[in-house]
Order: sequence, then C-alpha cells, then structure tokens
Amino acid sequence: MNILIFLIPISILLGLTFVALCFWSINNEQYEDLDLNAEKIIFDDESLRRLNDDK
Amino acid sequence: MTTSKLESFRYDDKIVKFFIIATMVWGAVAMLLGVTIAFQLADWRLNLGLEWMTFGRMRPLHTNAAIFAFAGNGIFAGVYYSMQRLCKARLFSDKLSRVHFWGWQLIIVSAAISLLSGATTGKEYAELEWPIDIAITVIWVVFAVNFFGTLFNRREKHIYVAIWFYIATIITVAVLHIVNSLEFPVSFMKSYSIYAGVQDALVQWWYGHNAVAFFLTTPFLGLMYYFIPKAAKRPVYSYRLSIIHFWSLVFIYIWAGPHHLLYSSLPNWVQTLGMVFSVALWAPSWGGMINGLLTLRGAWDQVRREPMLKFMAAAVTFYGMATFEGPLLSIKSFNSLAHYTDWIVGHVHSGTIGWNYFLIAGILYYLVPQLWRTKIYSKELGQMQFWTATIGLALYIVSMWIAGVTQGLMWRAVEPDTGNLVYPHFIETVVRIVPMYWVRAIGGTLVLISFIMMIYNLYKTIKNAGEHEEEVFQAPAIEKSKGFLFFKKHRELEGLPLIFTILVVIAIGVGSAIEIIPSLVSTKFIQKNEAITPYTPLELAGRDIYIREGCYTCHSQMIRPMAAETMRYGKYSKAAEFVYDRPFQWGSRRIGPDIARVGGKYPHMWHYRHMWDPREVTLDSIMPKYPWLFSKKTDYQVLPKKLKVMAALGVPYGSEQIENAVANAKEQAEEIIAALEEGGVENKMKDKQIVALIAYLQRLGVEGRDIEDESTQEEEE
Repeated sequence: MNILIFLIPISILLGLTFVALCFWSINNEQYEDLDLNAEKIIFDDESLRRLNDDK
Repeated sequence: MTTSKLESFRYDDKIVKFFIIATMVWGAVAMLLGVTIAFQLADWRLNLGLEWMTFGRMRPLHTNAAIFAFAGNGIFAGVYYSMQRLCKARLFSDKLSRVHFWGWQLIIVSAAISLLSGATTGKEYAELEWPIDIAITVIWVVFAVNFFGTLFNRREKHIYVAIWFYIATIITVAVLHIVNSLEFPVSFMKSYSIYAGVQDALVQWWYGHNAVAFFLTTPFLGLMYYFIPKAAKRPVYSYRLSIIHFWSLVFIYIWAGPHHLLYSSLPNWVQTLGMVFSVALWAPSWGGMINGLLTLRGAWDQVRREPMLKFMAAAVTFYGMATFEGPLLSIKSFNSLAHYTDWIVGHVHSGTIGWNYFLIAGILYYLVPQLWRTKIYSKELGQMQFWTATIGLALYIVSMWIAGVTQGLMWRAVEPDTGNLVYPHFIETVVRIVPMYWVRAIGGTLVLISFIMMIYNLYKTIKNAGEHEEEVFQAPAIEKSKGFLFFKKHRELEGLPLIFTILVVIAIGVGSAIEIIPSLVSTKFIQKNEAITPYTPLELAGRDIYIREGCYTCHSQMIRPMAAETMRYGKYSKAAEFVYDRPFQWGSRRIGPDIARVGGKYPHMWHYRHMWDPREVTLDSIMPKYPWLFSKKTDYQVLPKKLKVMAALGVPYGSEQIENAVANAKEQAEEIIAALEEGGVENKMKDKQIVALIAYLQRLGVEGRDIEDESTQEEEE
C-alpha cells in the first residue's frame, strides 16, 4: 500500500508539530502571567482616537 | 517594561467587512437549500423532476454551503478581526487577504455549479472534485501564510488562547483535506479515490469527523474565547482552564473518527478505540462550555437585554448539548439504535445551527457596530430573531429525535412469538416519520426567517452608518524572540506540564498511526477474496451514475451484524466485499433501505420501473423520479480510460479487458435489454444510463453473500 508513504509521516508530523508548538509556548514564557494576559484583550482596541476622546 | 519606541499602525478592517457580507449571503443560501431539501423529504414532488433539483444533488450542496461557505466565511471574518487586535499588527499582506477572499468565493461558486451538475467524489463533506480540491489547498495555504505572517509580526508577546485554536485549525484542516482528497483524475471533473473500501471509509471518517472537530469546533472555540470576553467586557472565567481545554481537545479529537463506523466492517478494536476517545471528549468539551458560560457571570442582566450576548450564551449552551449528545451517540449500544436514523441529523443541526449559526450571529452583532462605528439598527428585531431561531431549532431537534428513535425502534422490532420482523416493509417505517419531516421543515423555515431578520437588521445598521476615518493604533514593538523551538539555549526545558505534554503528543502520533495503518497494510483486511471480482465496465459506468446522483445520501450499503438487520437485508457486509469500491458508498443515513444486497433481489424490470417512478413499485415511496436516466446515453467511450485508472490503482483489469471495455459493456447492456424487452421496453433503450445503473444495482452484494468472514468476527477474541 503506497498510501503508507503518505500516512505515516503525516500522522507523525502532525503530532510532532503540536509537540514543538507546546515546547515553544512554554519555553517562550507564554504562560507566565495568565491573569494579565486574560484581561489584556478587553482593552486591545483602544485606538489613538478613542484614547484622545477619553481625555 | 522596556520602553521601546511606539509604532503606529492601522488594521485592515475592510477585509473583515468583506467576509462579514459573504457570511450573510452564503448563510442565507445554505439555509435556503436546507429548507428546500427538508420539504423535498416531506413531499417528493418538490424534487420537480429536474436533474439538478433532486435531493441527492442538493443535499451535498447544502452541507458544503453550510460548513465551508457560511461557517467558513464566518471563521475568516472573526479570525482576521481578532488576529489583528490580539497581535496588535495589521494583517501580513493586503494582497493575500484579497486573494484569500475572492479565491474562497470562487471555490464556493464552482462547488455549487459542479455539485448540482453531478460532479462529485461521493465522499461526504468532501464531495468536491479534484480541481476544486486543489484550489482549496492553494487558498488554504494563502490563508495560512497570511495568518502566520501576522503572528510573526505581532507586537504582543503573549499568544492568546484563541490564536492557539486558530493554529490547530489551520494545520489540521490542511492535513485532513489533503490526505482525504487524494484521488486519481479520470477527466476534468471525475476522479477515483486512491483508497478503496474499508480504507476509504476509515480515511473518509477520520476526515469527516475532524472536519466537524477542526472546522466547526476549534475555530469557533477560538472565536468564543475572544468575542465573549469582548462582548461581555470581562475576561474569560478561567484562563488556565481555557489553555487546558485547548491542549486536551487537540490531542483527543483526532482519534474519535471511527465512531462513525460502529458495527461496520471496520476492525472491531478500531471501533472500540474510537468510542473510548469519543467518550473522553466529554471532559474537555464540557470544561470549555462551562468556562464560556461562566465568563458571563455577573452579566446576566446584559444577556437579557443584548441579542449579541443572548446568541453567544445560547451558542455555548448548544455546544454543551451537542458535545454531550456526540459521545453518547458514540457508545455502541446507543449507536446501534441511532445510526442511520434522523437522530444523527438532529444532532449535527444542534451543532451547526445552535453552536455555529448562533455564535456567528453573536459575533456579527458585535462586529458590525464596531467596524461601521454605529449602533445596531434594532435590538428588538435581534430579540425576535433569537426567539424565532431558537423555536425553529427546537422544532428541528425534537422532531428529529422523535423520528430517529421511532424509526430505529421500528427497524429492530421483532415479534417475540415468531421471531419475524414486525415491520418487514421498510416503507412502513418511512411513512410513520413523514409527519416529523413536516415539523422539521417548518422548524428549518423559522431558522431561515430568523437569519433573514438578521441580514435586514445588519443591512439597516450598515446603511445608517456614517463615514469615518480609519483608526490609528499604537504599540511598542517587541524584541524578536531569542530562539526558536528547541534552539533556545539559555533556558532549561523544565516542569511536569512539559513532560506530560510530550508524552501525550507521542501517544497521539503513534496512536493515529496504529489506528489507520493496520487496515491499510494488513492483508487480512484487504485480502482479495477469490469470489469477489472487479466491476464490469458497464457496472462501473452504472456505479458512477449512482455516485453522480448522490444515492448514498439516502441509501446505505453496509449491513450491520445484528439479527434484525440481517433478517431485513440479508447476510451482513464483510470487508472483502468492498475492495474495488472507489469511493466506498456505505452511506450514513437510511432515508430509504440499505441496498448492499439488493442485487438479484428484484427483476431488471422492477428497477426499470422504480427509477422511472418509484411509486409504481412502492406505493408510498418518497424517492424522486429519475426520468433523465431514460433519455441520456451511457458514455461508453470513457470506459477504457476509467478502467485504465482503476488498473493503475491496483484493480486487476488486464490490458485486454481495458481494450475491449466498450464492446464488453455493450454486450452486457444487450443482455439486460433482452430481459427488459419481455416487459415491453424498446431495444433502443439499451444505450441509456438506466441500463448501466441496473447492471450495477443487480450485482450489489451478490458475490459477497457466501464468502467466509475474515475480518470483523476474529477481532472479537
């Protein structure tokens, strides 16, 4: 079955990709301050105009 | 904080607006198609006797439109809006964004044309033919480049959990689509799957299930984690839980596919594995659902007032419901009753309407006022939309539960004294649930009306909006990362979570492999039984007509090893019977009876009359008429090419057979017409497609009736 030549590497590659991503995210200190990061998105669309309007 | 220089930038909101409008247009189209086919099931005359209007061609278009056109454009709108904000960066390339948008719309239009004209691969949710498959791959790569480019340019170090969900979507959908779509072209709009029979089934449902998981679930969870906090103006209830939700979901989901093939000819242990992982999905799904709902804690008064939040809260609730029902249906004992019935149809609609439509509605009610700097035209209309949609969906789900359980029980009902089937005629079980088809069609209509209300509401909102300047944002640039992946030297890899993650991923990789590969390599499952011969050229032509007309949308070809089933249809199906089936046509719903062993059951004349008007042979049949099969000629000239492709894929056709394909087909047509002529059919009908279709139907399951079973039962040990 020639399919195997595709399927095996693809299955393994997919798994490895997520391993790599998980490694990277932990290594990159992605999860150091979860509370702050959860809250930050609430204010992510404060443009200059809106900031000026508030003044 | 290191104060690097502030950078000014603008967001590309125009592309988001494009995708929003496309979402509204295709949403209406998808739902209109759904309503049409729902009424067709309630009254067969609505098929109108037109080729392109029959249920078998419209249903794949409906599912493709709902998933890839409606939900797809909704995903792109939400992802492109939130990515820019989460990354504090404009989309990587305006050009790529436009190519992505127009490319995707072009794919949708070509899908509509090709599916209605009968060009289909016959694999559910992957029906599009090879040129469109290639286009999808290209556009998906464009999307990926645009997405990862934006991620790379980000001015925010932290990658918010929503982005992780998007990443999983992009990577996994690409892999699924490519692997499942591997096919060998015969002509411009016809190809054969490189997988056959059981392997094709496994690859297809590995894809089919994960299309739900990674197209209709993970991107929407990402959107949920972004837009619900934004709309409710409060952070997600537990960010920790959301991260756990992500990693556990991506690792478990990919395994669950075989639950679509319970009691089929798939090896038993693969079925059990699929079931176990499906049940395991309960935990992360409900963790995420609870996390989404609790984000709204303390905001319930707003949920009462704001249609936006109402839709979001209902969406998450339906997500909870659908992900409760899914694992339940994956348990073999439940599945034995529910499989092939409308229960499944109700289940997927609680997902696509309750979860996907409602979340998209919530997001649009958030985005449109944001992007056009205005207020929603009418919140009252939004409330009305919400209740119309909810009532419509409730009618839909409940009618399908009733129809599904009723039909499932009728199929298996056995008289205790005689041991005979209580309802030996399949049509009795159809007539019984037709009232529920009406209820479903009305429910679906309400959902469509609700959607049109939203289109009107948003249209008025946009129309009332004034001109406005593009906004400028500022953020400091971040230092480029000091290393990548494993190459970061100065920090040890540490901590239990990391070790745990590695172990899980290794398990996933090895697991996916052992789940799929054995059925590919093991000679046991692909053993060519001497009794099973390849299709004759005419049968192959007939089979391609069967695929073209979407017969698999109503008829299964898989008899499960259960007493009631073998009494009704004959000996249960075995893996060896399907080795020449490219694609497999096991189907997933029995709107009509299973036809795995229909061959030889009726005379040729029965099929002839049945295809002309099903009611000539089955009084209450709801099947459409197929008059064009009696006027269109079989394409004999393409047969040598078809056989050649099949031979290249490993079907044992000799060169002589390939050369003589046309003559051979004509000869077989002559035999069939001779039998039909006794019933008064004219000889000139011999070249018509109906004869090829009869040739195919009459060989179904004949050779496999008496072969020894070598796959399923052994696995019981």
